[in-house]
Amino acid sequence: MTRGSPADPRGQRRGRTIRHAGLLVAGAVFVMWAVATLTFFAIRLIPGDPAQAILGGPGSQASQEALDQVRRDYGLDQPLIVQYLAMLGRLLTGDLGTSYALKVPVADLLGAQLGGTLLLALLSLVLAWILALGLSLWSTGRGRIATAVGEGIELTAAALPHFWLAAVLIAIFSSGLGWLPPVATGTAAGLVLPVVTLAVPLAGFLAQVMRESLLDAMQQPFVVSAQARGESTTGVRLRHTVRHAALPGISLSGWALGWLLSGAVVVETIFAMPGLGRTLLQAVTLRDIPVVTGVVLLISLVYVLMTVLTDVSSRIADPRLRQEANR
Amino acid sequence: MTIDPDSPVLDVADLRVAFGGTDVVRGVSLRISPGECVAIVGESGSGKSVTARALLGLAGSNARTSSGRLRVRGRELGSAGEREWQRVRARDVGLILQDALVSLDPLRPVGREIEDPLRLHERMPPAARRARVLELLHHVGMPDPDLAARQRSGELSGGLRQRALIAAAIALDPPLLIADEPTTALDVSVQARILALLARFTANGTGLLLISHDLAVVQELADRILVLRDGTVIEEGTAAEVLGAPRTAYTRALIAAVPSGRPRGVPLSVIDRPPGVAASVPHATAPAWPDLGNDRPLLELDHVTKAFEVAGGRFTAVDDVSLSVHRGETLGLVGESGSGKTTVARLALALTKPDSGDVVLDGIEWSRLREAERRPMRQRIGAIYQDALSSFDPRWNVGRILADAMSSVERGAPAPGVAALLEQVGLAASVANRRPLTLSGGQRQRVAIARALAASPDVLICDEPVSALDVTIQAQILDLLDELQRSRGLACLFISHDLGVVQHMADRVAVMQGGRIVETGAAEQVFGHPVHSYTAQLVADSPRLVH
Repeated sequence: MTRGSPADPRGQRRGRTIRHAGLLVAGAVFVMWAVATLTFFAIRLIPGDPAQAILGGPGSQASQEALDQVRRDYGLDQPLIVQYLAMLGRLLTGDLGTSYALKVPVADLLGAQLGGTLLLALLSLVLAWILALGLSLWSTGRGRIATAVGEGIELTAAALPHFWLAAVLIAIFSSGLGWLPPVATGTAAGLVLPVVTLAVPLAGFLAQVMRESLLDAMQQPFVVSAQARGESTTGVRLRHTVRHAALPGISLSGWALGWLLSGAVVVETIFAMPGLGRTLLQAVTLRDIPVVTGVVLLISLVYVLMTVLTDVSSRIADPRLRQEANR
Repeated sequence: MTIDPDSPVLDVADLRVAFGGTDVVRGVSLRISPGECVAIVGESGSGKSVTARALLGLAGSNARTSSGRLRVRGRELGSAGEREWQRVRARDVGLILQDALVSLDPLRPVGREIEDPLRLHERMPPAARRARVLELLHHVGMPDPDLAARQRSGELSGGLRQRALIAAAIALDPPLLIADEPTTALDVSVQARILALLARFTANGTGLLLISHDLAVVQELADRILVLRDGTVIEEGTAAEVLGAPRTAYTRALIAAVPSGRPRGVPLSVIDRPPGVAASVPHATAPAWPDLGNDRPLLELDHVTKAFEVAGGRFTAVDDVSLSVHRGETLGLVGESGSGKTTVARLALALTKPDSGDVVLDGIEWSRLREAERRPMRQRIGAIYQDALSSFDPRWNVGRILADAMSSVERGAPAPGVAALLEQVGLAASVANRRPLTLSGGQRQRVAIARALAASPDVLICDEPVSALDVTIQAQILDLLDELQRSRGLACLFISHDLGVVQHMADRVAVMQGGRIVETGAAEQVFGHPVHSYTAQLVADSPRLVH
């Protein structure tokens, strides 16, 4: 066979890894540019005068001189393409501009809010994973009743809307039992209900996917060989099938984090939590263009980073992906 | 081990396994002494594999198992609980399953899989376990144990995977090994080495229970043979007795169905002939040799080369291959997996474009035509593949599949030819209303043959047409193909890894290795007096049933 065998497979693999990483970075840069551009032009389509918004909205009765002054100061009298290039230039230097409404740098504003929202999203992701793994492991391959119960819980959980779940949780655990505060208090106890609200629907969805691959893995012959080596049922699950079940969950986690961030808009509003979601909502209402742009860019960045992370962890968890790249 | 050498390692009486009220194993009894190899043969569905798994308490959670006696090394396990079974597995009984690609966890390094029994049964420090893993891999003949231990099953070839699986089974040196079709997915040369390895274990006193459908494999290893049919042992005896002087018609049929060493034209199937199939009459005359002098070949590959892009270079799958098939002639193409056989089939069907060289169909260079020009010619060449099921649209019934393949039939109109076509391949007309999923493997392959013949082609390409079938079903399909090929004067390119099948079916043979044809000639010539060393090795490695 005339297969070109590489002289140094290890070096070749490293070369491929570097090329793969380069492609990922280039893709990420492209996505960020595309998001910035789309946001810039899309915001121009929103009716209303940015200068008005800067001066406190349509109700502020600003004078024509004040409006002209603001337009000059913010470069709003320039042609659109010049404004666009100026924005790209500022973004390249890391300058996100100044909030129209709050008159503080957008970067500072977002920096203060990002931590809380990321914490909320990540805690929800972790909880969703725990719930999904637990549920699918408990209910798969243990008879028809367990399967039916598991599937029922998953389906219900995946279909729950955030606002409804939040309301029910508040009604039970705050108003009814009085165990937990109905609004975020900045304490751990205040985080519980928002995290559960975000995690449960995601857990339902993840569990459905995990159950399917778990069931598939459990029917593979390698399970029989593992048992034939003296492995117990629990051992088979822990050492073999769980990993197979986790693979699709890992691939979905990048998407899931984005989904959680959008859910955060609702949840932060309901629980009166400070965070990106609530900031975005307020900025849109006030037509605070720099803040909206900043939030959108930041969320895109988180999305991109999470996708890269998902890609890397999938490769770690599933060696077959690394092999395929070698073929 | 302080065990009486005469006391059996396995002693089973009246083993019964039922799934949901249906008995699959109905009273199997067997004994295996140290160093003895007992084989269970039978067709798929006969209960072989279920028997093997029941001996490890692994028949499945929905299985009901009972036995008059189930003793491993004298210890009664008939009423053993899961805990007790876990201690028996790997320590007393090792299991080797077929196709290690799916029998080893694709996500774990092979070394870890082999380490499992040591970790579960022995108090051994991790370093000692790893040393033992390397020792085991070396013992089963792994070329580079250190590397293999770190690799995963997908990174190893079929033969090396099977070795790794065997290493895991023998990790604790169990006195009894159960091998369930241990060589089924392997090339003949690899199979020969695995069988030699298993023979070494029995020579060292390990008892071996071999489950196989392949009588030639069984003959190489087995001391005693049990013939299983519908969960019952219908014949039992020493290998020489069962294979040499079979007492039951079923065993005789199994033996007769083995194609190797049986001349062309001699029918292989003698039982279970579906109604409506005329028995093939042995052709008294020598195979009708086409007059090569003035007859133009129907299919010709002329110095065809095809390479594929792979990471790190180009892989030449087919390298300067020339072959020709005449009317009424069967050309057998043999070679191991990866030798380029299937690429040749795809080139012949003009599904793949050659890099250089020509594929000529009845004088027309059809590899050079545009697909639109080629399409009207497609009905002149039919194809049959190994996996018939996946080549059917599962939502279509058989009638629609065949009607679709008949170019003369108007779309949607009832197809009068379907019934006739089904009859030709030995199927009842009522099969037309059934969907492929509800058919047996043999029936599906008959439908595939009917579809290939629907447009009355001149050339037939068969790519491993019987590799997925039981030996008796294989015999029926081979007989059918032979009969149809002769009665229709088809030019047939018959591709198989199984030398016995090719020898039985082909007039001429081409042997492929690494994309090249290394030897070609009349079938008796190539198999009887191989010239090329590779052919000689293939012939030597192929297990033959000695009558």
